[in-house]
Amino acid sequence: MIVKRNALTWFERLYLPAIIGGLKVTTRHFLNTLTTKTPVTQQYPEEPTRVLPGYRGAPYLVRDQDGATKCVSCQLCEFVCPPKAIRITPPGPTGKPADRTNAEKMPEEFEINMLRCIFCGLCQEVCPEEAIFLKSDFSLTGLARSEMIYDKDKLLALGGTHPGIQKWKHKLDEAKEQETFPVKV
Amino acid sequence: MAWLDSLSPQTQFVFFTLLKIGCVLGLLLTLVAYAVLAERKVSALIQDRVGPNRVNLPLIGSIPFLGQFLTKLGFWHPLVDGVKSFIKEDFTPGHVRKIYFWLAPAISLVPAFLVIAVIPFGSTLGAQKMVIADLNVGILYTFGIVSLGVYGVVLAGYAANSKFPFLGGIRASAQMISYEIAMGMSVIPVFLVVGHLNLGKIIEHQAQNGWNVLPIFGGGFSAQTLLLVPCGLVSFVIFFISALAETNRLPFDMAESESELVSGYHTEYSSMKFGMFFIGEYANMFAGAAMMTTLFFGGWTLPFFGLDVAPVAGEWWKGLLHIGIFMGKMLGFMFTFMWIRWMLPRFRYDQLMDLGWRRMIPLALANIILTAGVLALTNR
Repeated sequence: MIVKRNALTWFERLYLPAIIGGLKVTTRHFLNTLTTKTPVTQQYPEEPTRVLPGYRGAPYLVRDQDGATKCVSCQLCEFVCPPKAIRITPPGPTGKPADRTNAEKMPEEFEINMLRCIFCGLCQEVCPEEAIFLKSDFSLTGLARSEMIYDKDKLLALGGTHPGIQKWKHKLDEAKEQETFPVKV
Repeated sequence: MAWLDSLSPQTQFVFFTLLKIGCVLGLLLTLVAYAVLAERKVSALIQDRVGPNRVNLPLIGSIPFLGQFLTKLGFWHPLVDGVKSFIKEDFTPGHVRKIYFWLAPAISLVPAFLVIAVIPFGSTLGAQKMVIADLNVGILYTFGIVSLGVYGVVLAGYAANSKFPFLGGIRASAQMISYEIAMGMSVIPVFLVVGHLNLGKIIEHQAQNGWNVLPIFGGGFSAQTLLLVPCGLVSFVIFFISALAETNRLPFDMAESESELVSGYHTEYSSMKFGMFFIGEYANMFAGAAMMTTLFFGGWTLPFFGLDVAPVAGEWWKGLLHIGIFMGKMLGFMFTFMWIRWMLPRFRYDQLMDLGWRRMIPLALANIILTAGVLALTNR
């Protein structure tokens, strides 16, 4: 498509219409900002900024509604993590049993290096237990590199609870029902 | 004051001149610092932002209402900006031409201050005329000094010995030299009308016959005044546009052209050397604003309430008021400079040259002839 460009009239070539137009626009913005005091600027540290739902902030571990650690130490997130920010120490045969009865295990230690983390959300996507979520935190600070490696307690404390289906509890209930077979109706 | 009277007239002259230089220079530097703040605030408001509002001083900041207000206003920003300029590392790149590199900031700073010397910034205070040097060739002196300002830019561009500053320097020198011609020609009608080169006399004439930009009030109506209206207007518009170009302000921002040349001729400068360019730029703006006020807008006079005559003895408040009027007009021009910056996009280099040589200079020449014709026909 060829856009037809009209030649400028002599009045337009005086730059005057453009200057008057510019005057109008700048005056309007100047007076609006001066009088109504509604600049677009967000005063960030004073006014906490709001993030929209679905925002991918820092990944934290979550607990279920009974306060039990949801992570079962399957290490899928550790394997999928592109920058290798996650390090999980499994409990091993002699480790502490899981918080939840019937759940197989829980990690002895779960570390996320927030300096390496790229907030991609693959850990959340891959987690079969809905145990790790990208929350809305985006400005993480620390005085040393070691402070930026978040351990399990910190991650759980920051993550809070995330109520879910509690499949291990249902399995326990089902197992208990199996004990009194045949099922009473 | 007894000891002042006991001094010889020469000593008194030296004393008062030094006093005036001190006051004017101090005031000018403060104004420059706050012009930078005003620039930031005005641009912020035009772009729907809030502008600088962070710096808080320990004691004053805790005054209930005022402290917070001053912080919101960004009142202390010039202070910390200055301190920052001084304590930053003054880095001299290895590839620069050292002598010129050190010379250029000074050369761009000094002419801007020298111009202020001939500007009558008020009527009289006591027996003293409020002008540092009451030269009879004031305007010639001004133009002579202003053209020195080009050397600062050119030297900076040459001394930096790298591409972008060089291009910036070349562009700026061509631009400033071209527009100086238009600027010089645009004031000739003023002198044809007034008949004096002394800036004080020009103000006196405007007080009696109306401001040069629009000589309709003051001297009453006559065929001559009405015929001189277009001449004055055209003169002023050309002078104003040339002043924008001379001070390297947008839309004639060729020397810096941030979007193309990093920051033009002072790309390689840091710390207070850069600060000196910055101060020079703003002092130049003030000089331009003061020149426009003096030449076209009646200087320290206002055509009503009897503010257009010099105060008689004992009316020191009127002398101060005159200084205030002058400052008000000057700051109005400064605001217009800042405003225009956000109003118009930058001219392309060839458009700039075209505007200068093929529009401004012929127009200024025609205006001289027109004014001379009007004056000849109406018998002056």
